[in-house]
Amino acid sequence: MENTTKRYWKGLEELRNDSEFVKYANKEFPDSPVDSEGTYRRDFLKTLGFGIAAVSLAACETPIRKAVPYLNKPEDIEATIANWYASTYTDGGEYASVLVKTREGRPIKLEVNKLSSISKGLGVRAHASVLSLYDNEKLKGPQVTGKSAAWETLDKDVMAGLAKSSNVRIISGSILSPSTKAVIAGFKAKYPSTQHISYDANSVSGLAQANGGIVPSYDFSKANAIVGLSCDFLGTWLAPDAFSSQWAKGRKLGKDKKEMSQHFQFESILSLTGSNADYRTPIKPSQEGLVVASLYNKIVGGSLNDGGIKVENLDKAAKKLLANKGAALVVSGSNDPAIQVLVNEINKALGSYGTTIDMGTPVNYRQGNDLAMNTFIDELKAGKIDAVIFYNTNPVYNHTRGEEIAAALPKVNLSVAFNERADETASLCKFIAPDSHYLESWNDAEPKRGSLSLCQPTISTIFNTRQAQDSLLKWSEANVAYADLLQSNWTANYLKGKSWTQVLHDGVHEMGSSVSSATPSGDVAAAAASIAKNYKANNSGIEFITYEKVGIGTGSQANNPWLQEFPDPISKACWDNYAAMSQATATSLKLKSFDVVKVAVKGKEFELPVLIQPGQANDTVAIAIGYGRTKAGKSADGVGVNVFPLVGTMATATITATGEENKIGQTQTHETVMGRTAVLQESVLANWQKNPKAGKHIVEIETSEGPKTPTEITLWNGHERKNHAWGMVIDLNACNGCGACVVSCQAENNIAVVGRKEVIMRREMHWMRIDRYYSTDIDTDGMSALDRALEGGLEVASANPEVTFQPLMCQHCNNAPCETVCPVLATTHSSEGLNQMTYNRCIGTRYCANNCPYKVRRFNWFKYFDEGDKFDFHFNNDLGKMVINPDVTVRSRGVMEKCSMCVQRIQAGKLEAKKERRRPGSNEIQTACSQSCPTGAITFGDMNDQTSDIAQLISHEKDGRLFYMLEEINVLPSVSYLTKIRNKDGKAEVAHAGHKEEHKHEEKVEHEGHKAE
Amino acid sequence: MITKTVKAINYFAKATVLLALLAMNSGAGFAQSAAPDPAMVEKGKELFTNNCAACHAVTDEIVVGPGLKGIDARRDEAWLIKWIKNNVAVIESGDAYAVALYNKYNKAAMNIFPSFKDDDIRSILAYVKDTEIKAAVVVAPVGGGGGGGQASGGESSGLFNYIVMGMLALMSLVLLALLSMVNTLSKTVGGAGNLATDNLPSFGERFKTGIEALSGNPAFKSAAWLFFLLVVGKATIDGSYAIGIHQGYAPTQPIEFSHKLHAGEYKINCNYCHTGVYKGKGANIPAANICMNCHNAIKKESPEIQKIYKAIETDQPIEWVRVHNLPDLAYFNHAQHTNVGGIQCQQCHGEVEKMEVIQQRSSLTMGWCIDCHRKTNVNAKDNAYYDKLVELHKAEGGKELKVANIGGLECSKCHY
Repeated sequence: MENTTKRYWKGLEELRNDSEFVKYANKEFPDSPVDSEGTYRRDFLKTLGFGIAAVSLAACETPIRKAVPYLNKPEDIEATIANWYASTYTDGGEYASVLVKTREGRPIKLEVNKLSSISKGLGVRAHASVLSLYDNEKLKGPQVTGKSAAWETLDKDVMAGLAKSSNVRIISGSILSPSTKAVIAGFKAKYPSTQHISYDANSVSGLAQANGGIVPSYDFSKANAIVGLSCDFLGTWLAPDAFSSQWAKGRKLGKDKKEMSQHFQFESILSLTGSNADYRTPIKPSQEGLVVASLYNKIVGGSLNDGGIKVENLDKAAKKLLANKGAALVVSGSNDPAIQVLVNEINKALGSYGTTIDMGTPVNYRQGNDLAMNTFIDELKAGKIDAVIFYNTNPVYNHTRGEEIAAALPKVNLSVAFNERADETASLCKFIAPDSHYLESWNDAEPKRGSLSLCQPTISTIFNTRQAQDSLLKWSEANVAYADLLQSNWTANYLKGKSWTQVLHDGVHEMGSSVSSATPSGDVAAAAASIAKNYKANNSGIEFITYEKVGIGTGSQANNPWLQEFPDPISKACWDNYAAMSQATATSLKLKSFDVVKVAVKGKEFELPVLIQPGQANDTVAIAIGYGRTKAGKSADGVGVNVFPLVGTMATATITATGEENKIGQTQTHETVMGRTAVLQESVLANWQKNPKAGKHIVEIETSEGPKTPTEITLWNGHERKNHAWGMVIDLNACNGCGACVVSCQAENNIAVVGRKEVIMRREMHWMRIDRYYSTDIDTDGMSALDRALEGGLEVASANPEVTFQPLMCQHCNNAPCETVCPVLATTHSSEGLNQMTYNRCIGTRYCANNCPYKVRRFNWFKYFDEGDKFDFHFNNDLGKMVINPDVTVRSRGVMEKCSMCVQRIQAGKLEAKKERRRPGSNEIQTACSQSCPTGAITFGDMNDQTSDIAQLISHEKDGRLFYMLEEINVLPSVSYLTKIRNKDGKAEVAHAGHKEEHKHEEKVEHEGHKAE
Repeated sequence: MITKTVKAINYFAKATVLLALLAMNSGAGFAQSAAPDPAMVEKGKELFTNNCAACHAVTDEIVVGPGLKGIDARRDEAWLIKWIKNNVAVIESGDAYAVALYNKYNKAAMNIFPSFKDDDIRSILAYVKDTEIKAAVVVAPVGGGGGGGQASGGESSGLFNYIVMGMLALMSLVLLALLSMVNTLSKTVGGAGNLATDNLPSFGERFKTGIEALSGNPAFKSAAWLFFLLVVGKATIDGSYAIGIHQGYAPTQPIEFSHKLHAGEYKINCNYCHTGVYKGKGANIPAANICMNCHNAIKKESPEIQKIYKAIETDQPIEWVRVHNLPDLAYFNHAQHTNVGGIQCQQCHGEVEKMEVIQQRSSLTMGWCIDCHRKTNVNAKDNAYYDKLVELHKAEGGKELKVANIGGLECSKCHY
């Protein structure tokens, strides 16, 4: 921040310097939650009297606590010791190979299975899925016409119905499991009129169509030049976790890696992928086809009609791609087969097939067939279908033609749903045969050809549910349990002599596959003609866009409070969807943030607040799918609006203001840097190659004896760290801001969900946040952002800002400012470098948070558990509480909390080592965030252990990219960052800054913390 | 009457077997000149106490299964290894001896130990052998002396009690005598005075006026009030400190389980039932199936044991009353203290082996924890985790490495 001419801002309110923003920035905490009527003396005395009486009564009698052991203890379960099982997370086409941590038979945490070659980290929804297991609003048992019934009754009626049916349909999402497909095949054999139709709520059928019905696998790690065309491959497209890990390989820089991939993005909304691109150009959806055609002309050399479109950075992208033939990759998220055909041709010309694209190893994440689904709906409406089975899918909610299905469904003779809850679709079905959660089920998955994994139950069924496969087997009168069928299927087809137990233990079974350089064939002329017809270079009107959010996805887990409270990586908004538009569009419509508008598209109207999203293409309005559930449960119902009916439509929207205002819980400026400059440090590749310290702010403080480093003039004594020195290094180049760590941390540390209202009050509890900074180079002409804003330059500033993500949690300062101000010593320093927070000692003065320069402390304004209607989330019912990690205290009202660096994991890891009479392994102990990061951006470990990754990284980067946040205040954090390096043309370093560095070379910028080593 | 006869026959049979075994034993003992390897014996002892002691004695006493004295003479090693690893398989194979043994012990199968290595079993056998040899050497010359010594030890503590009580009685007698003397004397003196002055007030009256005078004295009044307040204050403060402390808490349990019997008399290792004590955070209350390891054969008809049977039959777990309660905000891990620290269970739990009803002996307050962390040396011997720390501590001139020296007093060791 210091050495650049850029201006960084987290939200437009900061750029504008709104009065409200200034008020908040100066006052970390909102006003006290006491009602405005005030407290009266009598009330006070009453409370006091009652309090004393209550305390004395409570002191008299201690409740008798029971210890209830097992009757017959399973041999491998020891109470208080966690058991880990390998399993597989699947939700529709989403996939992750996971390890399930169970305590006393309850799954409480998911972590990535490192044996998998596909999963390298878990996404937000995979982490949160463990909470969905304990959702109290799922069905407690089978239902017949809305009333609970016995399985026997349901089976009898369904089988009688099926026997009479002559046109049976099974509707499902993408099924990754080969054994489930075998079950469906068996069902089809029993009822030959059965057709199995798959569709995806977030369909990529255009891609599959262009590739001969398959979705190829991609390898971003082999690409030096990446071009994304409206393709959010780091956030939502196909397999974002796997792609993030591949992408990060190309982005990381280090001792032996001086080059990085270059990433171009052309897109309408500011996606997670776009925000991580080196060059990003906003385009309108109506231009997409022409941009591809133009790129085709530049790469393949044709003369397709591109409408004469001029797109910034496209020439640069073409040049880079051509220079990296065989190590280039172009991907498009479009569902238009014509675009995908051209993209395939571009990739062919670039030699991507066999290197970055593999047609020989197709992936199964999306198997939906939109045409078949449309035929089904037509048939349904025509009354041709007499039995339909919804296999865990909710088309009434998430299909474009959901309303038509809803209208036709009651007329069908036999309608069955396997859905876990009586949702929009299931509630219209005669029979609901609830499927068990995947953590209660046997299953398998084949996400990619040749890579299989197993899913095993880690808890017995909580409610009276039955696996959908078992229901189908029962109805097809195949006298076999699915678990047995699964095993025999594996023994016959996959194991090939390998032991079942071993594969079950490993969770994954990778048989390998050979890379194929086969290429798809497509009709370029037809595609070009279709594009010329459908796309325009200069469309008028405001174009409507639907998009998927990183957190909520397609809304299948919408009733998960962790997902609802997860701030979107880009907009930092939670508990809502909104009409996102650029500042210029908003200005032209005379709208400001949070104004409620009516968006009318193709006869459909939505009422929702405006959110001004920097970087979004002008004259577009974007609304996220996955919201507007009506029958999902307390947390999801009525949150936002459902735009699934308009997915895939290219249309313009009419926007009218309603005059109302509805605030969105947006966490972006809840904590500010208060004008400090050395928070974020970045540079460009060419400068870094010349000077590894490029972009770093070298801190010197002027004294009477000349400039000194802060460590030289410290007033602090520091702390000795003889045994361990826990620390963290975060690589800003690898972090793509996905936020998986945020939810992982929430699951590990029993962090409370506070709800929409409290988030708006700036009282969210996440220990870890990812600060997203926008930056713009607008100060070069000497004008301040404020001046610009006043002259109407806000549009310019926010048109297409650069984006940087910076994960921030307690920095565990060695000279911690919070420790000095605590009047009761509730926050103290440990001999291992941890800043300890002792809840039972805390009296809630909040001095520590006021004195924390990083604003990472969170205060419990309320008791967030057992609070009735006020905080009616999972902490409010016994079932939801089963997800609580028993090794971490649930905090009560009035105490401060913050990142503990997962001290419970550190302690457990140390104890394991001590029990085995050894030192802990170099990278054995990992925090929840470092463990879950798909890109490996977070390195955690013992800085005293010279063999650990962190110690080596620090020793390589100490005189390179490593920087400490706010080094000038000399608090000596244990968390350090590696500067963000962008692979783009940049200005040379400001001359005097370079001088300063030369001059500084000999001086020690060493930390006291490292002296202890 | 019939049972008695059977018992008598049983005893007779046992006695005969014993005599026979003893005879064989002594022969074997002398034939084997080399004593078993001490390391092996040590390992065997540990394995034996943890796995076998609940059902077997090293002597010829029958606990649940047969006493193991002279086992090496009864069966050869190969057979024993096979048997101990998986006795069920041996019985199923139709081995005549095995079947006979199985039938003899009411068809109660022994636990199987598939995880034992051959050497583990050899070390157990070595330990059994070793105790036999030692017993042969020690017991022979001393005879019943050991037993006698123990008995007298028990008596001596009883005797002490009698002496104390006797002395107390004597002292109260003396006190009584003195009082009566005082009474008589005062009467005599009063009588004499009466003779002299005639109107001197009685003892009671004098006492009354004395008290009145005293209560009128402001200094005394203030002092009395102050004293009263101090006493009340002290009592209140002491009382508040005691809130939440349940030292001595010994609730009635749903089953009258006696630690004195199991841990004391039968010397069953704590770890046999409290399976988590060396491994995890909780020592764990044993599951009913652990009780059943022995009680499917022993004292089946006892009403207390029947409660366990009932629990299993009705599938209702036994709800023990928790004695040791730490608040949720404090993290305590048994393994750290027992396994790593090498602390004996009794240090915190008191002499459990003498408790008929389990009782909380320590206060379990934070002060109590901290105190111990200050005083206790780190059990760093043979633990590579501590090597560097010990070295550093020595280099700095520290003497003994206490738990407090390595961060044992830090908040987040127990609070997180």
